[in-house]
Amino acid sequence: MNSNGAKLAPAFRPVGSFQRNAAYRLLPFKSIRLSTSMHLLTNLAGDYVTIPEEELKSLVQGSIGRDHPIYNDLVGRQFIYEGDPSVSLELLAAQYRTKQSLLSEFTGLHIFVTTLRCDHSCHYCQVSRVSEDRATFDMSKETGAKGVDLMFQSPSKYLKVEFQGGESLLNFEVVRYVVELVQQRKGGRNVQFVIASNLAFLTDEMLSFCAEHDVKFSCSLDGPKSLHNRNRPRPNSDSYEKTIEGIKRVRTKLGADAVSALMTTTADTLEQAEAVIDEYVEQGFHSIFLRWISPFGFAIRSEKKIGYDTERFIDFYKRGLEHTLQLNLQGKCLREEYAAIMLRKILTPYASGYVDLQSPAGLGLSVLVYNYDGNVYASDESRMLAEMGDRRFCLGNVHRHTYEQLFLESSLLETVLDTVVEGMPGCSDCAFSPYCGTDPVYNYATQRDVVGHRPTSSFCRRNMEILRYLFSILEEGSDRSRVLKGWV
Amino acid sequence: MKLYSKIHGLRLAEPKVLRIAEEPDRPGDVKAVEALLLEQSTRTNAEGFGLMLSRSTSAGLLQLPPELNYLRTGDIIRVSTNGELSVLYRKNSRFNTMLVTERCNSKCLMCSQPPRDINDDFLIEDWLEAIRLMSPETAELGITGGEPTLRFQGLLDLIAATKEHLPNTALHMLSNGRLFCYLKYAQRIAAIGHRDFVIGIPIYSDVPTIHDFVVQAEKAFEQTLLGILNLARVHQRIEIRFVIHRQTVDRLPQFARFVARNLPFVDHVALMGLEIMGYTRSNLETLWIDPLDFQQQLEAAVFELNWAGLPVSIYNLPLCLLPKPLWRYSRQSISDWKNIYFDECQKCAVQEFCAGFFASAEMKRSRFIRPLAMSDREYAIDIFGEKTLEQATEK
Repeated sequence: MNSNGAKLAPAFRPVGSFQRNAAYRLLPFKSIRLSTSMHLLTNLAGDYVTIPEEELKSLVQGSIGRDHPIYNDLVGRQFIYEGDPSVSLELLAAQYRTKQSLLSEFTGLHIFVTTLRCDHSCHYCQVSRVSEDRATFDMSKETGAKGVDLMFQSPSKYLKVEFQGGESLLNFEVVRYVVELVQQRKGGRNVQFVIASNLAFLTDEMLSFCAEHDVKFSCSLDGPKSLHNRNRPRPNSDSYEKTIEGIKRVRTKLGADAVSALMTTTADTLEQAEAVIDEYVEQGFHSIFLRWISPFGFAIRSEKKIGYDTERFIDFYKRGLEHTLQLNLQGKCLREEYAAIMLRKILTPYASGYVDLQSPAGLGLSVLVYNYDGNVYASDESRMLAEMGDRRFCLGNVHRHTYEQLFLESSLLETVLDTVVEGMPGCSDCAFSPYCGTDPVYNYATQRDVVGHRPTSSFCRRNMEILRYLFSILEEGSDRSRVLKGWV
Repeated sequence: MKLYSKIHGLRLAEPKVLRIAEEPDRPGDVKAVEALLLEQSTRTNAEGFGLMLSRSTSAGLLQLPPELNYLRTGDIIRVSTNGELSVLYRKNSRFNTMLVTERCNSKCLMCSQPPRDINDDFLIEDWLEAIRLMSPETAELGITGGEPTLRFQGLLDLIAATKEHLPNTALHMLSNGRLFCYLKYAQRIAAIGHRDFVIGIPIYSDVPTIHDFVVQAEKAFEQTLLGILNLARVHQRIEIRFVIHRQTVDRLPQFARFVARNLPFVDHVALMGLEIMGYTRSNLETLWIDPLDFQQQLEAAVFELNWAGLPVSIYNLPLCLLPKPLWRYSRQSISDWKNIYFDECQKCAVQEFCAGFFASAEMKRSRFIRPLAMSDREYAIDIFGEKTLEQATEK
């Protein structure tokens, strides 16, 4: 008999005769409760299935029947197998290789800190100095050239050169020098350039140079004028006006997509999720990253003034995401980037390059920072920690160390080996871990340990809550779910 | 269109593979492998040809069976010792396929060309001869069976021969992929280094039992999947094929998700309507579902694959049964010689863009076939572009 009850011609065998004789067995998976009655099961590579509690119990007790509607889904997604597991294991291995495919590419993001000098004195900024002392806080051409040497020793076919500050444009000479040097030497590699800047010092000459070399901009936009100017003080209190003017000039000269914006959430922001997002729509952006504050530098020192606890950020994030979804349903095109990164991990088999959600940690493997003084750091947070006096994640100096020494003789490998999420306490049992990652610098800065303690980690708390929220929307199968799928 | 016939009164010492020539003025060294096809019996300096035929009845010359009158210069035929003629290749068709064996290790419920366990080793030899006679401008060429990999050495020779003689021709093979579960078979295919070679492999479910049932072979799912992974290891290009019928349709969306998750490296996914031939006729009651009744599953599968970035096509289903959002995935996939349109289609404004039907659909067809209107035509032109008169009348 077959699904429509019709008879097969005599020479053919019925479907039942192809049934494996063996009872099903479990393949490796982890589970977590999504709601009172629903659980999420995930495999090592992030494929998943949601299952009601009763069925989960039957599943692990070996008693879920072949005629149960979820049975074939569990087989098809390699959560259980019958008889021979070889194909399921091969498919899981292929999925895992795909998820980790960026590891063999090695370091793709290379940050050049051209100067620490800045005209802004933002409370949350970790590193900047309002100073005229060029000699002390600017990167030299020699240092830039050494950084470029090191960058080209990475095997990655795709390289991203990001200029950071301070205000990176205050040392445009080195920006120009590094871009030209990279262009001469890049050969067949695909290189992108981005200048992180507040845009206040943007000149027409700089814009022409950027047009010629396809250099893009990333600026800070913290929300509407009052909030932005409060978060980002500068002489004349005109940071917002300068930023908006800069955005317009970049777009006019380089095209609408040549500038992106980043916001940082402060205590003042928490009350204004909708206004911040509306500001991004108003300014013609199609992407916003609802970013929490890093626990570094001035951000920790001024915690009383601008800090907040994790629960308040999570509420803010959910409100912001909800508002963003509603805007999309009204026909606006705006994507929340942190959700998009996680959704790519949830819904596609592919790897994500986002540094803070890697396993092993992205330190050095995904990103290297060449500081103004030639010191090489394993991430942007690593240099911020160093600015606070702890050089634990400083790998060496471009003038004194070779590529091999930076990677092999520093503390990097030891840290990387400690940060494979699949084996970290608290993470190894977590069904969200395929979508998550670890930030050892954060763990170290807040808990004095690179592995860290999950139950008291706000990194963990925040990611778990955001993932739970995203899954709850995906499971609706509603228009909101479709908007989320569209962000991938 | 008939591809087989018989030349009455012909006896040959051994079978011949011959290319059609319509002009007697040919270089001496190719005449032996050509059949001169004359309009009338004007026997002028036609010595040396492998065979001479006339399109009309005339004394002294063998006549080409009238149903093969479409044969033109450059086409290739095989003539057996007692005059059976088969058309191997038509120069102006994009549907030329080389059947290399009728044997198969599967027995799919809906096989349109049921396997025969016979000795047909000669087929490869014929194709090796035919390839040398094919036009170097041939755009596409297919390899089919049976299961071509069951003649593995011959298959390797065939692929190597197309690489050598037809360097600009895209080669496409239909295989169940099961033999490639042995890595060395995949490696030997890859070692040929053909530049434009795709293997189309069917998967009929994300659930092993269902796939094995459809192909009537135990462990076939495991072998095919391992085969696909091995082919991917050697960077062989792969197409996944899925035939939609009552035994496969329920899990079509899950199949799409399975491919997107597990096989994101494949080049193309083809979702195909049923051909009412061969075993499909024996199992018609088990297999038939009106295409209109599975459009929801089809739409879900197409959007899932498209969303995952996988190129996806719909084969063998007419536009009047597809929701408009699916039109852009529809291809004119049915081989020209067995492609028909019904009476309703003569009034249809989008027929020139439509896949139409297998000739075998005369036996069983959807209840909902209907001519579409001029307003639909505008939508079709938006998607498929304005066809030139030449393209539109090619069929």
